[in-house]
Amino acid sequence: MHQEDTAPKLFGLLAEFDSATAIVSAARKTREAGYTKIDAYTPFPIHEMDDALKLKRTRLPWLVLGGGITGMLGGFALQYWASTIAYPLNIGGRPLASWPAFIVPAYETTILLSALTAVFGMIALCGLPRPYHPVFNVPQFSNASGDRFFLSIETTDPKFDPAATRAFLDGLNPLGVSDIAS
Amino acid sequence: MADRHAPTDSHDTAHAAGMARPPVSDVVGPGHSFGSITSKITSAILTKGFRPGWLVGFLLAFGVVQMFLFALTAVLVKGVGLWGINIPVGWGFDIINFVWWIGIGHAGTLISAILLLFRQKWRMSISRFAEAMTIFAVMCAAVFPVFHTGRPWLAAYWLFPYPNTMGLWPNFKSPLIWDVFAVSTYATVSVLFWYVGLIPDLATMRDRAQKLWIKRIYGIVALGWRGSAKHWQRYEIASLLLAGLSTPLVLSVHTVVSFDFAVSLLPGWHATVFPPYFVAGAIYSGFAMVLTLAIPIRAYFGMEDFITMRHIQNMAKVMLATGLIVFYGYAVEAFMAWYSASSWEGFMIANRMFGNYWYMYWALILCNGIIPQLLWFKKVRMNIPLLFAISIVVNIGMWLERYVIIVTSLSRDFLPSSWGMYAGTMWDWMTYIGTMGLFVWLLFLFLRFVPMISMFEMRTIIPPAKVKPEDAH
Repeated sequence: MHQEDTAPKLFGLLAEFDSATAIVSAARKTREAGYTKIDAYTPFPIHEMDDALKLKRTRLPWLVLGGGITGMLGGFALQYWASTIAYPLNIGGRPLASWPAFIVPAYETTILLSALTAVFGMIALCGLPRPYHPVFNVPQFSNASGDRFFLSIETTDPKFDPAATRAFLDGLNPLGVSDIAS
Repeated sequence: MADRHAPTDSHDTAHAAGMARPPVSDVVGPGHSFGSITSKITSAILTKGFRPGWLVGFLLAFGVVQMFLFALTAVLVKGVGLWGINIPVGWGFDIINFVWWIGIGHAGTLISAILLLFRQKWRMSISRFAEAMTIFAVMCAAVFPVFHTGRPWLAAYWLFPYPNTMGLWPNFKSPLIWDVFAVSTYATVSVLFWYVGLIPDLATMRDRAQKLWIKRIYGIVALGWRGSAKHWQRYEIASLLLAGLSTPLVLSVHTVVSFDFAVSLLPGWHATVFPPYFVAGAIYSGFAMVLTLAIPIRAYFGMEDFITMRHIQNMAKVMLATGLIVFYGYAVEAFMAWYSASSWEGFMIANRMFGNYWYMYWALILCNGIIPQLLWFKKVRMNIPLLFAISIVVNIGMWLERYVIIVTSLSRDFLPSSWGMYAGTMWDWMTYIGTMGLFVWLLFLFLRFVPMISMFEMRTIIPPAKVKPEDAH
């Protein structure tokens, strides 16, 4: 926000930690200090992190429920329409709308659409695909998918101040704090 | 590589205590850090050139794929008359092999979905390649029914409900159409599940790769994954949901495959035991195939720390349990033949045991019923070469099972005037062995270019991943 001194515009600050315990504790302290535009980057899911950052529950399950219901109704409607309206065929004298026989394909379309929603919904809610992100500008960040843990505070945070925030992050005992060029 | 990070406390203790042989109960060898897991698993990919053993296997499999393509071309040019199928045995090798391959695929989904729901940590190191195995097995399976139609280029409107100019729609009262829905959903969901599991590891590959073009390729497929807390939260929910969805799916797939038989009226097919017995058989053959693959892979790539004796033992136990269910299925078939007092059923079982294909039936009982009983003994479960041999025996046994079910029932119909014999021709065998070549070939490609073990999941089960309470830090 108020960045006039640095040559490349600053996206935020990135602190590097070397253990899961350290990053969770740092994330908790940062949130408790009143920062809101924060994120943690870890090489594997850490369940304590949801609480440390007080992450809101994702609405993904509701989307998947919607996908499943759509799949079920769509699959059933397709079969009903094809068998009774579009192409009525007398198969062994059974009723055209033999709904018990339609259960199996409708079951499969339910699962198909739920799974598609779960995957593409997750990718979309994560804001992916996004091959470029400012955090990738920090050379050490390539270890975020290996053995290092990172905490970022973005400049858009109302509480962000270049010097004070850096001092705060230094106080969390990280391996180092870097600027994230945007 | 610069990924050896300073050891944390728990890493130290694990190292000090763990110089001896790892106990059988461990799901990961001692002394591993995040860095060592990453470098061990990525080292199979990020090396220059090809290892000679890999190259030889790859080329052999590639040769078999050529034979496969030749056999399929011949079938397309001359027609399915090249195969041994006839009237009355119209289903022959194609459906035998289809069911066999689909069954093999089931272990991958079982390991990645059902064991995830049960929070079985031993699942993690074998789930990746078991899922890959699922996808490749389903691909091999799909070849058979599609070519069995005789005119695969027309199969689209026979199989899939899409608006065509002829105004035709599939018959949704037929189990064969149910099967199309079940198998195509299964293939799609398996690919999705596999890919979702790969995303964080592809990001690791992107960050480890030295060459820019390799970095770019992994970068594109990793979608820009950066392991943010918000990503992981949604990722974990999505994985859990996918596992929850795949579990009923995998149970439904072989159930629907069994409907292809059970919904018909043929003695030997028309049985209520078929769905559970087929599902158990699928898991049985799938675990046998996972063992057949895991044993050489772990030896060749030195993955003994990740695929430990605990994994090998557990897979053997699953095989034993599902094998007993399958054996129970055989017993029920024989019992019902007597108990139903139906002369057709009685004839069917007598024909299976003592008819023209008696040797197939008894070979099946030997392979699937008797030899796997050795797995009761821990000595056998700990004996890798013997276990490998048993896993092959079970794979053969499960193929024999489908052969017995399909061929003996079809060859002895209700009317003696329509009886006939069946045997696979050279083209049948070339296609069948060809799909094995395709399967192995795809597996070699997978092992070379994709992390064969889920790195991010392995990181979660080593001691340094545990978050200690705040004040301890």
